[in-house]
Order: sequence, then structure tokens, then C-alpha cells
Amino acid sequence: MTPADPGGAVLRVAGLRKRYGGTEVVRGLSFEIRRGECFGLLGPNGAGKTTTLRCCLGLIDPDDGEIEMVGLPVPRAAREARIRVGVVPQMDNLDPDFTVTENLEVYGRYFAIDRATLSGRIPRLLEFAGLASKAKAPIRSLSGGMKRRLTLARALINDPDFLILDEPTTGLDPQARHLIWDGLRQLLSQGKTILLTTHFMDEAERLATRLAVIDHGVMIASAPPRELIARHVEPEVVEVYGDEAKVWADAHGRRIARRLELAGETAFCYADDAKPLLADLATRAGVRYLHRPANLEDLFIKLTGRELRD
Amino acid sequence: MASAYAVPEVSLRFVSVWRRNFLVWRKLALASVLGNIADPLFYMLALGFGIGALVGEVQGMPYVAFLGTGMVCQSAMFTASFEAMYSAFSRMHVQRTWDAIINAPVSLDDVVLAEWVWSASKAVLSTLAILLVLLAIGYGRTWLVLWILPLGFLVGLCFGAFGLIMTGLAPSYDFFTYFFTLVMTPMLLLSGVYFPVDQLPAALAAVAQALPLSHAIALARPLMRGEVPAAIAQHLLVIVAFASVAYYVALVLVRRRLLR
Repeated sequence: MTPADPGGAVLRVAGLRKRYGGTEVVRGLSFEIRRGECFGLLGPNGAGKTTTLRCCLGLIDPDDGEIEMVGLPVPRAAREARIRVGVVPQMDNLDPDFTVTENLEVYGRYFAIDRATLSGRIPRLLEFAGLASKAKAPIRSLSGGMKRRLTLARALINDPDFLILDEPTTGLDPQARHLIWDGLRQLLSQGKTILLTTHFMDEAERLATRLAVIDHGVMIASAPPRELIARHVEPEVVEVYGDEAKVWADAHGRRIARRLELAGETAFCYADDAKPLLADLATRAGVRYLHRPANLEDLFIKLTGRELRD
Repeated sequence: MASAYAVPEVSLRFVSVWRRNFLVWRKLALASVLGNIADPLFYMLALGFGIGALVGEVQGMPYVAFLGTGMVCQSAMFTASFEAMYSAFSRMHVQRTWDAIINAPVSLDDVVLAEWVWSASKAVLSTLAILLVLLAIGYGRTWLVLWILPLGFLVGLCFGAFGLIMTGLAPSYDFFTYFFTLVMTPMLLLSGVYFPVDQLPAALAAVAQALPLSHAIALARPLMRGEVPAAIAQHLLVIVAFASVAYYVALVLVRRRLLR
């Protein structure tokens, strides 16, 4: 099945609000994800990301606002909508009582997929996930990366139009993360639409065609990653390290940089042109520093602040 | 999900979740059945023959058969409660299996229904196992005895729902101990498993009349003797009422716990 308007919105969220007790965790959130996009949803812990996803899946009712997923109104037709959606949850919840293949079979039955379709699809999914040799392995024998890949394969058992990934690579080593990213790129090239939440800025920068940063339940920015960075952050960054960083920052750095932030023993200097900064630093013996282009992490920190959220 | 108190919104997709539990059970079926029946079997044979030699016939049947019929109902109660507490709690809270399932087009109401029916299905299995032992040693050789299987299912629904209430409330496995102390033990001792309820003082006998297990036993014993029980409707009504109210309470608790 294809939605009524190919190229249109696969997910449309308008004016979403959700309150728990006295605090409103989602405060009037609106965004649209178009067909074929990889949309990154970024925000610190407690920003309202997971609540938003749960509302989209129809697992909790919003207090206000409208949601339309794969062309169907949620929560009213959430069950029908979920038939065409795949979900990779934040926490691994593969079925430990089953083998790799059985996990896919059993999950496929929740979608009422017939046996013939399943037995055609499962080997291809195992191949895709790099788990063909593990078909009969019990879940507890899999590494963290394998479990995540199987979870991704499980989310594809219904050949969904739309994939929701909640922190798909948290806790994985770099090799395992790259494998997941390759898989996701493959899915995007097949025309799938993806909604991704993540804490890894490099992940968002690599995969997302468009990003939204949310904090305290409201959207504070939304655009393609490079555009967002260009719009909000000076293009060049010099990081100055060590005991001397603060002294140097107060004596010279603040005067030369357009914007300077101290975090622990590091001074982050933001500038349109880093040459004056670099020239000054070259005369300071014993000061260590790094010159790099601005990235998504700079943007994220600028928009959401440096203090911890737990 | 409109409200935690809404009418159950279930679909036939619950069968796929029931089947999931069945497939897991099938992997360990033998151990599971042995575990279910070993305890009641030892009690039935040891007490049945030991005490049976002292008391002879009770309610027109040999004590082994009398006790065995009580054990059939008791084991349905135990099996369903265990499944709906320890096993369902593992799936809900430890393995997060329910979370995975409700991302598919299966509602939480379907999952709870599946767990409920599954706990009762296991109760039927243990009912059957103990009935077979009774048949093997020469008791209950009447077609009427087959009615004890659906009765075991009802008892399973009743106590499976109680178990799911505990699961909906439990912070950890330890919490289930309350159920054993406060519900199961009095239920066992007052429902006429070991001796006829009318042996009890009037006050306690009145309490017994309010317990679903005593109504199940009141139906099972005549069936075992090959007689049609008296007051079938009243007995069934009590069990069904307990089962339905407890199911609804369990559903509300689980919704409030998971759909937040």
C-alpha cells in the first residue's frame, strides 16, 4: 500500500501537547516528515522525545493536538497505522525465550503475516542484518551490536513504509554503529522514511536529511543539519585545553573570539575567521589547541545549554 | 487508548500472543507439566492414602478421591496464579516483551487478554494431568468427569486475573509473597480441599461460601462421583463474577502502569 499522496507527509504532528501531573512535557510541538526523509529528533534527556514518539504510535493519548501517521489519524486509527510502521525501541526487548529466526517469526505473527510471506522474508532480513549464520542462535549468545541489528530486522518484518528509531545505536561500539548506519542508509535508498532520535551528533549529521532540536517540549530549531549549523553557529571553532586555557581566555581569548565558552578546562572559541585566534595562540608556549569547523554538537550545546539533564 | 477505565478493546490478534506463550511452553513442556503436578501429586498420594486409612470415606467417596478432586481445583488455582504473576511479570517488566508487542498492531488490551487466557489454559493442563493420575488409580471413571476440564479453565480465569492484578501492582517479585499469605493459603484451607467445608464453625463456613475455590470444588466433587452437581448456576456465577471483576481491575492497573 502507498499513502494517498506519494511525496506527501508520512507523519504530521500539529500542536501536540502532553501533561504529566503538574508539568507539561510536550508543549505545542508541530512538525512534518515527508516521504523518503530521514528526520532526526534531537534534544537533551527529558526534552519530550520519547513522549512524542509514544503519542505518534498511539500508546498514549495527547492532551491536545493532531497526529497523522501513514495517512491515518492517531490515536483513533493507531492500530491500523502501526501495521505499516516499524519500531526500534530504546531498550532491547527481543524475546529471550526464542532463537533469532523465531524472534522474527513470532513478531511477524503479531502483524498477521502469513507463513509463506514470512518464510520468504526472514532469510532476506537475516542477510540484511548480517545474522544469516546466527539464524538458530539463542538471543543470549548475541553481542550488543547483533541484538540491535536483529531489532532493526524485526522492525522490518512487516515491510513498513515508516521506521521509528529511538536511539538505535546507544551503547554500541564504533564498528557496530557503522554497521547500523550502513543498514539505515540502505533502507533510505529503498525509499523508506525514517524518524530517528539520538544523542550522537555525528549520527544525526551523517544520517538525517532534516533535524529538529527540541527542549522542554518545544521545538527550538528545524532544518537540514548543515543549514542549522550555518544559521546558529559561527563556522570556525578553536578549542583550547589545559590549566592555562582559562587564564588565556580571560586575558586574550574573549577579546579575539566572537564568542567564547568555558567548560571545565576547555575554552571553546567561536569565530567567523579563526586566523587571528590561531595567530595569537601560536605565540603562547605550552597551550594546546585544536582548530575545526563548527559541528552539530556546537549547535546542540548552543541551543540547549551546557548544564546536565538527568 | 482513551482512558485507563475504558471498556476492553480487544481483537483476535490476542491469539498471536497466546501462541507466543504456547510456543515457549512447548520448548519446556515436560519439565513444566512435572513442575505443575509434582507437588499436588505428592500431597494427594501421601495424605490421601495416609489420612485416608484413618478417615475412610468422605462425602460418599474414598478420601484419596475426595482429596484428589480438591487437588485438581487447587492445582488449577496455583498454576494460573503462578503464570499470571511470575511469568507474566517477567514478560511485562523484566524482558519488556509486552512493550515490543504493543508496537505491533496488537493493543495492550489484547496482550492482557492473551496472558489471562493463557494462564487459564495452563490451569487446564494441570487439571488434566491430575485427573489422569486419578483415573489411573481407579477413580472418576465417568464421562461427567470431562466437565472438570472447562471448570479448571474457569478457575484458571479467576485466579489468573487475581495474579494479573498482582502483576499490575508489583514493584518486584517479592511482592507476590503477599498473595500467597493473604489469598492462597486461606483459600486453600477454607475452600474444602482437605476436608468438607461444613466441618468448619459457622463463621468460617460463611467465609468459605464467599471464596471462589469452594464453589469450584462444590462442582467438581459430584462430577467425580458421576453425579450432576446441585445449584450449578449459582456456583458458576460466583466464579465468573470474581473472574470478570478481577480481569477488569487487572486491565485498568496494567494500562495505568504501561500506557503513560
